Amino acid sequence: MKKSESKKSLPDARGYFGEYGGMFVPETLISALQELERGYNRIAGTPSFQKELRYYLEHYAGRPTPLYFASRMTADLHGARVYLKREDLAHTGAHKINNTVAQVLLAKKLRKKRIIAETGAGQHGVATATAAALFGLECEVYMGDLDIKRQALNVDRMRLLGAKVIPVYSGSMTLKDAMNEAIRDWVTNVETTHYVIGSVAGPHPYPRMVRDFQSVIGKEAKGQIVKLEGRLPDVLIACVGGGSNSIGLFYPFIGYKDIELVGVEAGGLGIETGRHGASLTAGEKGVLHGSMTKILMDRDGQIINPHSVSAGLDYPGVGPELSYLKDAGRLKVYPVKDDEALSATVYLSRKEGIIPALESAHAIAFAMRYVPKLPKRSLVVINVSGRGDKDMDIIREHIKLGG
Amino acid sequence: MVSRIDETFGALHGKGEKALIAYIMAGDPDIQKTQSYTYALIKGGADIIELGMPFSDPIADGPVIQKAAQRALGSGTNISSILELVRNIRRAHSTPVILMGYFNPVFKYGAEQFFIDAEKSGVDGVILPDIPLEEIGAVTPYAGKYNIDIILLAAPTSGRNRLLQLSKHTEGFLYYISLTGVTGASKGIDSQVISSIQWLKRKTQKPVAVGFGISTPEQAAMIAEVADGVVVGSAFVKLIESHDDASNDLLAFAHALKNAIKE
Ligand SMILES: Cc1ncc(COP(=O)(O)O)c(C=O)c1O
Repeated sequence: MKKSESKKSLPDARGYFGEYGGMFVPETLISALQELERGYNRIAGTPSFQKELRYYLEHYAGRPTPLYFASRMTADLHGARVYLKREDLAHTGAHKINNTVAQVLLAKKLRKKRIIAETGAGQHGVATATAAALFGLECEVYMGDLDIKRQALNVDRMRLLGAKVIPVYSGSMTLKDAMNEAIRDWVTNVETTHYVIGSVAGPHPYPRMVRDFQSVIGKEAKGQIVKLEGRLPDVLIACVGGGSNSIGLFYPFIGYKDIELVGVEAGGLGIETGRHGASLTAGEKGVLHGSMTKILMDRDGQIINPHSVSAGLDYPGVGPELSYLKDAGRLKVYPVKDDEALSATVYLSRKEGIIPALESAHAIAFAMRYVPKLPKRSLVVINVSGRGDKDMDIIREHIKLGG
Repeated sequence: MVSRIDETFGALHGKGEKALIAYIMAGDPDIQKTQSYTYALIKGGADIIELGMPFSDPIADGPVIQKAAQRALGSGTNISSILELVRNIRRAHSTPVILMGYFNPVFKYGAEQFFIDAEKSGVDGVILPDIPLEEIGAVTPYAGKYNIDIILLAAPTSGRNRLLQLSKHTEGFLYYISLTGVTGASKGIDSQVISSIQWLKRKTQKPVAVGFGISTPEQAAMIAEVADGVVVGSAFVKLIESHDDASNDLLAFAHALKNAIKE
């Protein structure tokens, strides 16, 4: 397969992916973002940082994660050959660790003493608390009160790891509100604190930095599929909350125009009900959490409280690069509803013995619809961004598990 | 062009006075009340009125103003109703009115349309806390065309070169944030902030007003020693939160603040 000449690399110097991105933050944060950008440019690309990061990813986080040929799923769906990128097997149980180990390592080199994070599903919170423990830094995690209730296991994990979990009671008491509160903390403690954003959302340089750190997923997958099949895949599928696991898988493949990239969003109770988290499908251009991107808003420009059964997709915005790729026609986006995701959780558990996170189950659910339509020789890679242990309470609530 | 805000600072300077800039949230608890509260603040001695435009996700605000925004949204406040409020205020007063709010509602309204309608309603200036210098291009073409001052914020974390840049680009005055934090925090006033403002005053002709953590006449007086104006917000909003009709208290508190910065 041919790789087309890549145009200028994005984001541009102002942090824009086309018309999306930028730095829409209070003045107080500008110096910190500039310091972070300079630090990132100076340190992250050096052989010594790369070597150190590789060491931790390999010996600590368990990379590379397998690319597993899902033979029973493939046989069952009667379409393309299905491969699963097993981010659920990474330390702490999701792809989030790729980013947190890297960011906390960078923060340590920038001499920050304190780490803060926002979390929805709690996976990013756990991964941040883990990295903070690994590098001996103080850690506080903001989490919406609704998410604290529905992801209780992860709250306990964070506390066990020595992090302080701060409940957020404003707005919808979910991820967006946790992010508001983390930004307010950062505005207040910016001199001592590094804010580990958990996705490719937020102001420049986060969308670029987190993408680069998560690209390890796609780099590995590329090598693995070539080794297993002797060629590149035809379709990549990943769920999209803020967009980090999807862009992490897609990024090394973006230049190959024939490879289809599919992002799967939270369809919630259905797009038509207005109760969903599908910012790429149903959102419009606007500014949230520091960047111009596609967001869910009402006619006065107030942010709409999103809904998803999966806390990690329950977000009214999305990373600016995904908005850009969608408009450019490079990324296809489909919503998957709560009940479809729950069914897909059962399906993957029973077909392959893999309990996916509810977030990842959205990608599985879309694949169940799409794979049967593909030719037998085509190759599909699905990102299983995380494992489902954290979701057992919700699963129990919705599904009869049987005897 | 000399704006009404420039004239206000000029006139105060002539009298050896400092500006009291009073912030309240438009539509908290409703638009009608905001109108009477604005009049009370002007009567009490406020030189410039700053009206908050509510947003669902105000990242630079502490709990007091967050709750005010929720109350304002609850009463159905939006940009159109705020512009109508300013139009009404304009019939009775020539006091400069500044709108302060996050960018998304303005962007959704249509940036150019917003400035067209703001000028028509008699708005003098706009403060957009999530539009730093880096993104100012999103509004400056229209603000210039429709004669609205874009007031920039400076922070304790802004380096000296940046302070100079900010004071060069700001219109009306430079809004200096007195603390590293969100609105309404009570960290006290840092001596470094004072010296930074003194430095800035030696370097620029533009008026400098200071706000975010100022809640008492004593703090206001301290700031007025070095700056051209004092912005008080959360302290007024708290009065509104705790009274069915806060008019008298707002008037009295504005009066106390204005007296404190006169001396
Ligand atoms: C397992 C898992 N997958 C996906 C997501 C969604 O985030 P992103 O779109 O940034 O990958 C989350 C977020 O919490 C998650 O925990």
